[in-house]
Amino acid sequence: MRLFSSYLIGLIFGIGISISGMANPAKVLNFFDVAGNWDPSLIFVMGGALVVTFVGYWFVLRRAAPMIDAKFHLPENRHLDARLLGGAAVFGVGWGIAGFCPGGALPALGTGHFDVIAFVAALIAGIFAAKALMAMTGARAARVLRRET
Amino acid sequence: MMTIDTIFTPWVSLAGGALIGVASVLLMLTLGRIMGATGILAGVLTPTTHPDTGWRLAVLAGMISGPLAVLAFSGEMPEIQVPVSLPMLLVGGFLVGIGVTYGSGCTSGHGVCGMARLSRRSIAATATFMVTTGITVFVIRHVLGA
Repeated sequence: MRLFSSYLIGLIFGIGISISGMANPAKVLNFFDVAGNWDPSLIFVMGGALVVTFVGYWFVLRRAAPMIDAKFHLPENRHLDARLLGGAAVFGVGWGIAGFCPGGALPALGTGHFDVIAFVAALIAGIFAAKALMAMTGARAARVLRRET
Repeated sequence: MMTIDTIFTPWVSLAGGALIGVASVLLMLTLGRIMGATGILAGVLTPTTHPDTGWRLAVLAGMISGPLAVLAFSGEMPEIQVPVSLPMLLVGGFLVGIGVTYGSGCTSGHGVCGMARLSRRSIAATATFMVTTGITVFVIRHVLGA
């Protein structure tokens, strides 16, 4: 049941991404190119997704729990920190260079397009590099803390 | 870099966005989870830190089936036009991987789900990456003129 519903939800997401243009780097980059070949379509993607999610979440999150899990898994960290903003800034630079974001590229894998596969391979390498870097700096911070206390 | 003209498609983009929203709401309703591409992919890649990989793999499989469903309905694969070179795709992809890991999310997790919950972190992250993406595209296309 969990797997079947999750598959259908992924499918709805994948169809939405495919028809919206988010999987098409030319369209994404033209959205950001206000000074050039501006294509405002992505405002409509973002707007449609936000309105539906905002209203839907409002009803769903009034429930005590989701339908097939014991509780809602919502991020509890409320702090704005350098890691969040620095990460978001780097993400934006990469998105501006490549034109793909993860939500656009993962469904686009289904087209079998070579460029998508290349981007996703680099994306996965970046995720592993960041996790390794975090583990290294985390271990160093823990050592410093031990020495100081 | 070459630029490719694209056509303004308000209605299909709005419909696509609404479907992205429907998927996000349904995942919260059923499993109580955020529909974030980054989190779902990272969960599959590092299963030791994310014990629950089954549903994530199922969502990924569904996502990848999306373009094939569009092909089945319309007779055409969704259009993927890539106006950048392979090295740019690889460098961009690597930076996106680092950024979404440190930033805990991307367009779907922060930009849609987080903003819809009015999360401060997601609003700040979305504002930040929209600005740096815009600056990057401007610099590449109009300053470097690539």
